[in-house]
Amino acid sequence: MRSYVIYVGKRVLQFALVVFVGISITFLITHLTPIDPVEHSVAQVSAFGFSSPESIELLRQSLRELYGVGDNLWEEYLIFWQRLAVLDFGPSLSAFPTPVSELIGRAIPWTIGLLTVSTILSWFIGNVIGGLAGYYNRNRILRIIGMIMMGLHPVPYYIIAFVLLIVFTFMLPILPSSGGYEMNMNPGWTLRFFGSVLLHSILPAFSLILVGVGSWFMGMRALVSNIVTDDYVTYASLAGVPERRLVTSYVMRNAFLPQITGLAMSIGAIFNGAVITEQVFGYPGIGRLLVEAVHAADYSLVLGITSIAIIAVSAAVFIIDIIYPLIDPRVQVSQ
Amino acid sequence: MIAVFRDLFRYNGEFAIGFMIMVIILGIAVASFFSPYEPIDSYLVALDAPPSTEYVFGTNSRGQDIFWQLTFAIRNTLAFGFIVALISRILSLAIGLVSGYVGGAVDRILMSINDTFIVIPLFPLLVLLYFVLRDDMTWFVLALVMAGLGWAYDARLIRSVMISLRTREFTNTSVFSGMSMPRIVTQEHLPYVLPIVFSTFMNNMNWSIGLEVTLAVLGFTDVDTPTIGGMIFWANQHSAMVSGIWWWYFFPTLFVTLTFIGLFLLSISMNEYIDPRSRLDRMGNS
Amino acid sequence: MAQIPASSVQNNSHVLETHDLRAYYRMRYFGIDREVRAVDGVSMHVRKNEVYGVAGESSCGKTTFIKAIAAAIRPPLEIVAGHVNYSFIKGDLYAMPAAERSAIRWRHLSYILQGSMNVLNPVRRIHKTFEDFAFRHMNLGRAEFDQAVKHHLERLRLPAEILRAYPHELSGGMRQRVCIALATLCKPEFIIADEPTTALDVVVQKDVLAMIRETQSEFGSSMIFVTHDLTVHANVTDRLGIMYAGRLVEEGRTADVFANPMHPYTAHLIASLPKIGDTQSRNALSGSPPNLADAPKGCRFHPRCPLAMEICRHENPALTTLAEDHRVACFAASTKVQPANDEGSGEAKTLEMAR
Repeated sequence: MRSYVIYVGKRVLQFALVVFVGISITFLITHLTPIDPVEHSVAQVSAFGFSSPESIELLRQSLRELYGVGDNLWEEYLIFWQRLAVLDFGPSLSAFPTPVSELIGRAIPWTIGLLTVSTILSWFIGNVIGGLAGYYNRNRILRIIGMIMMGLHPVPYYIIAFVLLIVFTFMLPILPSSGGYEMNMNPGWTLRFFGSVLLHSILPAFSLILVGVGSWFMGMRALVSNIVTDDYVTYASLAGVPERRLVTSYVMRNAFLPQITGLAMSIGAIFNGAVITEQVFGYPGIGRLLVEAVHAADYSLVLGITSIAIIAVSAAVFIIDIIYPLIDPRVQVSQ
Repeated sequence: MIAVFRDLFRYNGEFAIGFMIMVIILGIAVASFFSPYEPIDSYLVALDAPPSTEYVFGTNSRGQDIFWQLTFAIRNTLAFGFIVALISRILSLAIGLVSGYVGGAVDRILMSINDTFIVIPLFPLLVLLYFVLRDDMTWFVLALVMAGLGWAYDARLIRSVMISLRTREFTNTSVFSGMSMPRIVTQEHLPYVLPIVFSTFMNNMNWSIGLEVTLAVLGFTDVDTPTIGGMIFWANQHSAMVSGIWWWYFFPTLFVTLTFIGLFLLSISMNEYIDPRSRLDRMGNS
Repeated sequence: MAQIPASSVQNNSHVLETHDLRAYYRMRYFGIDREVRAVDGVSMHVRKNEVYGVAGESSCGKTTFIKAIAAAIRPPLEIVAGHVNYSFIKGDLYAMPAAERSAIRWRHLSYILQGSMNVLNPVRRIHKTFEDFAFRHMNLGRAEFDQAVKHHLERLRLPAEILRAYPHELSGGMRQRVCIALATLCKPEFIIADEPTTALDVVVQKDVLAMIRETQSEFGSSMIFVTHDLTVHANVTDRLGIMYAGRLVEEGRTADVFANPMHPYTAHLIASLPKIGDTQSRNALSGSPPNLADAPKGCRFHPRCPLAMEICRHENPALTTLAEDHRVACFAASTKVQPANDEGSGEAKTLEMAR
């Protein structure tokens, strides 16, 4: 138990480091640029001419505070952290005066839902099939699956999402092409709404799974083909341990463990994929919100989403990390 | 070296296919130097002409010949991937070597930083960067930034290889025979590490090209420099799908996918060549 | 696979018999075929209640021989010819249906492997491993099985607490004791021990050896015991076979082999053992064991042999009985040793080398 506490402590430090570095990079990007983003944004908003002078002033005020009210860079940096600590990014420019945090709060459940389901599914499917392909490396069906996976794996998210969109909404229109649920439907805890959400999530989830499954498949296949030559597997198979038990408790169980660490390491990349997938399918998550914010020159929203994304991704990694020792009995001693 | 290449080509199907794909892709990229058009010029040819003998890949709504556009796009995209991979290889090699060799506190600190860079989602940061720089974000700036952020995963790999090399017997032999550490690293260990660097080079190119395509499709790069993502961006801008100009999407998508598969095949064949375990597996399968 | 008709064990006091056993690694890598004759015509037997030792340098084919008699053949390793018969099975080991072969494992035939970290599944508690390995052979209910395991451990003077542990929580010596307990739980007729004490330190090694000997005689199992360490053989085995380059070159009662080694290779191995009070420097044998992908013609030892004659370069000496229970394959040992006429069959199988 004590060693677990130490382990978690170390992970908390790593989590803090990731957030610190990520947020600092974010801060630096916004501050080491030649143009003044605040005046740039304010000018853009006033050019549209839809705000009163007072609200423009309010906007300038909150932007200044977020990105540069202090006398020097260091002071600005501290103020930036203070704002971040209470998740106050001020009002959105494009949806003035809705606070940025509210826009993000509305969008983030969609992204978390889509990503959680598709990541778990692709991780699980890819690992199980990949493990079997590594163990039964002469099985013809598994070899063909392996070839398909290898072909799919290097293709980027955008291409897969785009091809699926064309096939299932244009050439063979059986699935909705965009949105998180049917238009004109009131969100609520109804069966109809839930069904609509499910239907709309099929294509984005499917495209994420299709891309994700390949790398798990190949990683697991490689792991298993190494593990089958390990002594304990040789020993157990010499002992005539039934094949089912051998594959599940000896081969797969051991190969799954590094794949959990692998999952933690690729959450960031998975998030990158989600941004583009949401954009292609018009899914109302924070990826789409981010793209819209850029197009609308909504500075505070872009900054807010970037910061929240960094925190959310590191939190997901942190959660996987602290669950890991509960699954692998060896970690507590060796770490 | 040539013998290795010949053996790989003859007996490793993945290498042969990957190599041929890349030869075709490079051929197209080289063709850009003979293009009759300037890459950024538009309204030079008939609009929206489907593929024909005159325009092999058709023309787009901006009056450009898609084939010649594609030659520029592939050249730029490949060059982009190459630069990112080159710079980030230097970083990951340096950090992996130092971390693996020096060990101790230096290793722990470097690996903490390393893991941090693995975890941080790059995409929002790149979008933010574009948002701030706008027109100042040139193709080259993007490459530099991505190289600066994309070294972490492979640095960890190189470090672990280094650690296992350091504990091998021949390292001790060299140490006892009075070789200096830098000499051991360059003469004894680099031959083991370089193939890994090559294989990750291809993977890194795939990674950076993938991100570049994604950013470009969204219009978050310098879309005036033709790249494959940029071509798809312009096709989207002109709603090419709605107006049925499928060739505007098809050819860039086809060739970027081929590039990905080609680089990927080269990388795994290289891996197989390096890894004695899969070498053994190969023996078993024949 | 086998040309000679299958037969069961000929002599009913033998537990294991092999006849002209040949196991080759056949590989193909980047177009080049290679054939490594790791075990090349081994005929031997193990008697009831006996510990039979197999000795030889590394890469002499010991491990491959064990794989062959344990039916642990995986590509690229193939059984090219010969037979493996056990007293508890009908016919040849390799002629059995896979399911039957699997059913004899652990019940009749068990193993103790080198006591490295990795023999036990690192993420499974020890009692689970006992269950996986032995439960289906014992025909007991769950509670009775647990009771039987505990009782067995008690007999071997092992604490029952280890059952709840993970392998990494035990010391190397304790892990190896657990493996011995595991291997003897079903009281098998035959135990294969592959370098069981090699990775252990000397004090632990002694205890583990004593434990192996004790349990073997207590349960009346026969055993094949493989190690490169001749001093271990001197202490543990009843009979000893010396392997060189995939062939058995000498075999006899352990005491006889040590007292009167007839093969120059055996003599060299024994002479190179350190003795107390001996200050003379040891003469190293020049050269190293041959590459089995391209083994020398004739007697495989001749390039290193101080007694090599013309015939040794061309003919392979047959393993010939020269004294009671003592067989040797060396032309220099006696004129009774005749060329073995099996070289031809091996030659015919030589694969065409690419380019």
